[in-house]
Amino acid sequence: MRLEPIANPSLARRLGFPALALAATVIIASLLAALAGAEPFGTLGLIVKGAAGSKFALLETLNRATPLIFTGLAIAVAFRAKLWNIGAEAQLYAGAIVTVILGTSALSGMGGFALPIMALGAMVAGAVILLGPVILKTRFGVDEVVTTLLFNFIMILLVSYLLEGPMKDPMGMGWPKSAPLDRDLRLPRIVTGLRLHWGFALALISAMLIWLVQTRTTLGYEMRAVGQNPQAARFAGIPVNLVLVKTALLSGGLAALAGFSEVAGLKGHLSLDLSPGFGYTGIIVAMLALLHPLGVVVTAIFVAGIFVGADSMSRAAGVPTYIADMLLATALLLMVLAIGLTKFRVVRG
Amino acid sequence: MMALFEILLTSSFWVAAVRIASPLIFATMGELICERAGVLNLGIEGIMVIGAFSGWMAVYLGAGLWGGVAVAMMAGMLFGLLHATLTVPFGLSQHVVGLGVTLLAASTSYFAYRLILPEVTSPPKIEPFQPFEIPYLVDIPLFGPAFFAQTALTYAAFGTVALTALILYRTPLGLAIRAAGESPNAVAAQGLSVTGLRMGAVIVGSGLMAVGGAFLTLSAFSSFFFEMVNGRGWICIALVVFGAWKPGKALLGALLFAGFDALQIRLQQTPIGQVVPYQMFLMAPYILSILALILMSRRASVPAALMIPYNKGER
Amino acid sequence: MTDTRPEAQDVVLRLNNITKRFGALTANDAISMQLHRGEVIALLGENGAGKTTLMNILFGQYTADEGTVELFGAPLPPGNPRAALAAGLGMVHQHFTLADNLTVLENIQLGTVPLWYAGLGRARARAKLARLADDFGLVVDPDAIVATLTVGQRQRVEILKALYRDARILILDEPTAVLTPQESDALFETLRRAVASGLSVVFISHKLHEVMAISSRVLVLRHGRLVGEVATRDTDRHALAALMVGAEITPPKLTPLTPGPALLRLRDVSTRDQGTAPGLKSVTLALRAGQISGLAGVSGNGQSALSDLISGLITPQSGGLELPETPPRWTPRAAVAAGIARIPEDRHKTGTIADFSLTENAILETYAAPPYSKNGLMNWRAAEAHTRHLIDTYDVRCPGPSGPIRQLSGGNMQKLILGRALELSPKIILANQPVRGLDIGAITYVHGRLLAARKAGAAVLLISEDLDEIIGLSDVIHVISEGRLSPEFERGQLTAAELGLWMAGQGFTHAA
Repeated sequence: MRLEPIANPSLARRLGFPALALAATVIIASLLAALAGAEPFGTLGLIVKGAAGSKFALLETLNRATPLIFTGLAIAVAFRAKLWNIGAEAQLYAGAIVTVILGTSALSGMGGFALPIMALGAMVAGAVILLGPVILKTRFGVDEVVTTLLFNFIMILLVSYLLEGPMKDPMGMGWPKSAPLDRDLRLPRIVTGLRLHWGFALALISAMLIWLVQTRTTLGYEMRAVGQNPQAARFAGIPVNLVLVKTALLSGGLAALAGFSEVAGLKGHLSLDLSPGFGYTGIIVAMLALLHPLGVVVTAIFVAGIFVGADSMSRAAGVPTYIADMLLATALLLMVLAIGLTKFRVVRG
Repeated sequence: MMALFEILLTSSFWVAAVRIASPLIFATMGELICERAGVLNLGIEGIMVIGAFSGWMAVYLGAGLWGGVAVAMMAGMLFGLLHATLTVPFGLSQHVVGLGVTLLAASTSYFAYRLILPEVTSPPKIEPFQPFEIPYLVDIPLFGPAFFAQTALTYAAFGTVALTALILYRTPLGLAIRAAGESPNAVAAQGLSVTGLRMGAVIVGSGLMAVGGAFLTLSAFSSFFFEMVNGRGWICIALVVFGAWKPGKALLGALLFAGFDALQIRLQQTPIGQVVPYQMFLMAPYILSILALILMSRRASVPAALMIPYNKGER
Repeated sequence: MTDTRPEAQDVVLRLNNITKRFGALTANDAISMQLHRGEVIALLGENGAGKTTLMNILFGQYTADEGTVELFGAPLPPGNPRAALAAGLGMVHQHFTLADNLTVLENIQLGTVPLWYAGLGRARARAKLARLADDFGLVVDPDAIVATLTVGQRQRVEILKALYRDARILILDEPTAVLTPQESDALFETLRRAVASGLSVVFISHKLHEVMAISSRVLVLRHGRLVGEVATRDTDRHALAALMVGAEITPPKLTPLTPGPALLRLRDVSTRDQGTAPGLKSVTLALRAGQISGLAGVSGNGQSALSDLISGLITPQSGGLELPETPPRWTPRAAVAAGIARIPEDRHKTGTIADFSLTENAILETYAAPPYSKNGLMNWRAAEAHTRHLIDTYDVRCPGPSGPIRQLSGGNMQKLILGRALELSPKIILANQPVRGLDIGAITYVHGRLLAARKAGAAVLLISEDLDEIIGLSDVIHVISEGRLSPEFERGQLTAAELGLWMAGQGFTHAA
C-alpha cells in the first residue's frame, strides 16, 4: 500500500471526505450515548436543542463561541506559518491578567476610552508570552510545541499565585478571585437585555481582519511561504525568523483577546476557572476550519454549540458531559484524516 | 543553605526522588522508542491519563495489581495503534494527530470514569503496590532505600531502561528501529518494512507511556484524580531531548529532574517556603524542563527522519 | 569487453511485458528484456525515460500493472523487496540508502538477521565482510560511522551490502554520477571482477562513454518504451545518442567572446563547515562579464557553500566578497538587489514552494516592492500579469498562472525559475546544477538561455557534477575539492582525465 498524491482533487473528493468524517463522528457519538444507556438519536437531538433550541440557548452558544473564535484565530494564524503554538491557554490568561490590572486600578474612571487600551495591553501581554518560545525556536532550535505547552502550566500557577496574593479580591470571602472590573470598564451588551456582549462583535471583526491580512498583505504571503517551505522562503529572501516573530505577536495577541473578552465581557473578574481549556479547544476549532479565518467563526460556533448542548443534554439524559470532548477529539482526528485523503489516494504497489 | 544539605542527606528524600522518577522513566522510554523510529508521539500526555485511569479501574474491578498494569498497557497500545495508523501509513501531521490522541485519550478516561462511577464525589481507593526491601542492598547508607526499598513497579522501570538499551544497541530489531528513524530508505532497501517498524515502535512505546501513567494510580497514589498527570507527558518529551535520544542519559535526566522535584516539595516546608509562594516551587519542574531543552538544543543528535513521514515511491 | 554470446539457458533474469502507469503517465510500456550470467548490460535513457521505475519494479518497490519477472527461472512475487533480495538481486541506488548514524557493519547487517534474533553475530559478519572487501577490492573500515565517509566510500558500502547478501545480479542506478573519473575506473574494475566471478550486472546510465566502456549489450529506453537493443561492439556513441533522444544531439556552440571586467570577486574567502559538508577554504575567484565559469567537482566538496555564499544565504567567515557596490548586509535579498540571478540546486526544495501557485512562486524574490506590493498590500493583478509574461516568454507549459506549481514537469518548473531570475536583467548568474533531471529539450533550452545571457554580458557561474556539461559550456574552469578551489583553467587547457585528478584532490598546494 502506498499513497499517491492527487494533482487536482475533484470537488466531490474535497467535500466528500470531510462530510464522511462528520457523519462518522455523529455515528460514534450515538454509540457513546447508547453506551451510557441513553437513546442515541434522542441524545444528539438534546445536544442540538440545548445549543440552539431557544433564543437563550443560542445566545449562550454565541457567548461560548466568542473566546473560541479568538483562540481559534490565534492557532489558525500560527499553524499557517507552521508555528506550533499550543500555548493559547497561557496567552489567554496573560491577557486576562493585564485586563484586570488595567481595569481595576490604572484606568479607573476613564470610561469607554479605557477599553481599547485594556484590549491593547492584553494583546501585548499575550504576544510577549509567545515571544519567549519563538525566540527559543529561532535562536536555539528548541521545539516550540513543548515549550508553549509547558508555559500553560507555568501561567496557571502564576495566576493561582496572583489570585492568592497581590491580585486577591479583598471582598472575595477567601475565594481565589480578583477584584471585579469597574462597572464602566466592561464590554457592553450588543442588544440591551440580551446576554451577548461586544466581545462577539470584536471576534467577528478580528476574523475578517485576519482574513484580509492573509490574502491581501505581504505579511500574509510571507507567513504562508514560511509555513509551506521555510527553506525556499529563506532562499528567496523572506526574513523567516522575523516573519515567525511577527506571526507570534499576532497569534499571542489574538489569544490574549480571548482573555480580555471573557473578563471584560462576561465574568468581570479573573479566576482560575476563567478558561475551561479554550486554548486547547482552539486547536480543534482551527483544524476543523482548515485554518481559514472565516471558517474559524463557523467552527467555533459549532464547537461551542456542542459544549453548551452537551451540558444541557447531560442534565436531561444523564450522559456525562465529557462526551463533548470525546466527540470533538474524534472529529479532529477524522477531519485530519479526511483532509489527508483529499490530497492523496491509497493505491496498491 | 543548611536546610538544603539536611534535605540531601536524608534517605527519605532520595526515596521520594526515585519514586517521582519512576513514571517519568516508563513514559520517557516509551517516547524515546517512538522517536528513535522517527515518530514524535504527542499523544503521551493523554496516553498517561488513560493508563492511570484504566489500570486503576481494572484493579478496582478486581483484576489484581499486575492485571491493572496489563490493562493499562493494552489501553495505551490501543491509542498507540490509533496514533500509528494515522501518522505512519497515512503520514498525517504528527503534531496534530498527537494532540488529538491526547485529547481523545484524556476525555475517554473522564467519560468512562463518569460512566462507571456516576454518583461518587471522591474516587474510591485501591490497595496499591507496596514497597519491598531487597536484603543487604537496602542497607547501603543514604542511597540504599532509594533504589532497594521501592515497589515492584519502580524496579520494573529500571528494568525497562536496561531492556530498551539492550534491544536498541544489541539486537537486529534495535538496529532496524534506529535506522528507521534515521534513514527509512535504508530500511526499505534492505527488505524491511518501515511502516511495520514504526507502527510497532509507536504501539509498544505508547504501552510504556500508559504503564508510566498507571504507576501514578497503582504505586504512587491509590486513586485516580482528574488532572493527575498534570503535564508529566510533556516533561518526558523534554527528557528525551535532554537525554539525546539515549536510554541511559534519559534515565539520568529523569532522576535528576525528579531529584529537583522532590527537593522543591521539601523546600516548601523549610523557612524558604515561608517566604516564597508555593506556586513558585510548583513551577520549578516546568521551568527546569524548558532549561533542559535550551541546554541540549545545540548538542542533541536528533534522529534525522524524526517527524518526516515515509512514503515509498517518493525519492 | 570480449564477446561471449551467452546461451539461452544462462538467462538469470527475464522481464516479460512490464507495464507501469502513474495516473495518466505510462512510465514503463510493455518492456521485455533478458540478462545472462556473467554479462553487463547497460540500460540507457534520458531522465524520465523509465529506467529507475523499471528497476524499482524489479526490486519490489513498485508493483507492475502488467507483466511478470522471472529470476533464475522462477517467477518473482511482485511488490516484495524481501523476495527480490532473497532471490539474489542486489541494487545500488542512485541516492544511497544508508543510515548515517550507524556504522558500516551495522548498515550491511541491517535486515540480514531475522528481527527476533537476540544477537547480531557481529564477529561472523565482520569476517565475511573482510573477505568480500578483499575479493572485490572494496576497502572500507567496518566500524566507521557512515556519516563520516566520503561519497566514494559510501558507494563501496552500497556494493558491499549487495555482495554480503550473496547477490548474483547487481543493479547499479547511475553509479558514476557522484564519482571522479578515477573513482569510476575503480568501480569498473570492481564490476569486472564481479562479472568474472559469475555475477551479472545491469548498469543504468545516461553517460554514453561509460556505457560503451563497460557493457556488452545496450538497451535503450525512451518515454517508457524499449526502443533499441544492440550489442555494444555493433554500435557507437552517435548511434546510441540518436536512439536515446530520438534525434541527433547538437552540442551547444560556444562562440569566442572577449571577457569584460570582473563583476564579482571572492578574495581568500573561508566559510564554516555545514555538518559533514565542508565550507570554503581560502577561495579566490573572479566572475567576469561575458564569461561562463564552470565549477567542476564531486558533490559535497564545497559547492553548496560557494552557492550559498553567492546566493546570500551565508556570509564569509574571513576574506572578502566584492561587488561593484558591496551592500552593508549580505542576505538573499541583497544578493538579488546586487543583480545576482540565482538558480538553486534543488528546484523542489529551494527553488519553489510546491503548493503555491505559479504566480506566487514567480514573485517570491520581488514581492516586497512595487509593482507587486505597496505599503504592505499585495497587488495580485500585477503579479499575475508578470507571471503570464514569464509563461509566454520562457515557454512554460502549464494550465495557467493560478494552478499549483507542483503540477509542472521539472523542465517547466526550471523555466519559470529561470524566467523569474533572468527577467531582472541580472549582471551575474549563479546556475547550480541547472539541468539536473531534465530531458534533452529542456536541457538545450536552459543552456541556450545561459549562453544568451553570456552574450549579453552577464557573468555566469555554472556549478555541475557532470564534467561533460562543464567542459562543453565553460570559458574557464575551476575545480573544487574539500572546500579548496583550483586555479583557473582556460577552456581546453586540461583533459577530462586531468580535471578528474583535480577533482580527486590532487594538485592542490595546501592541505584541507
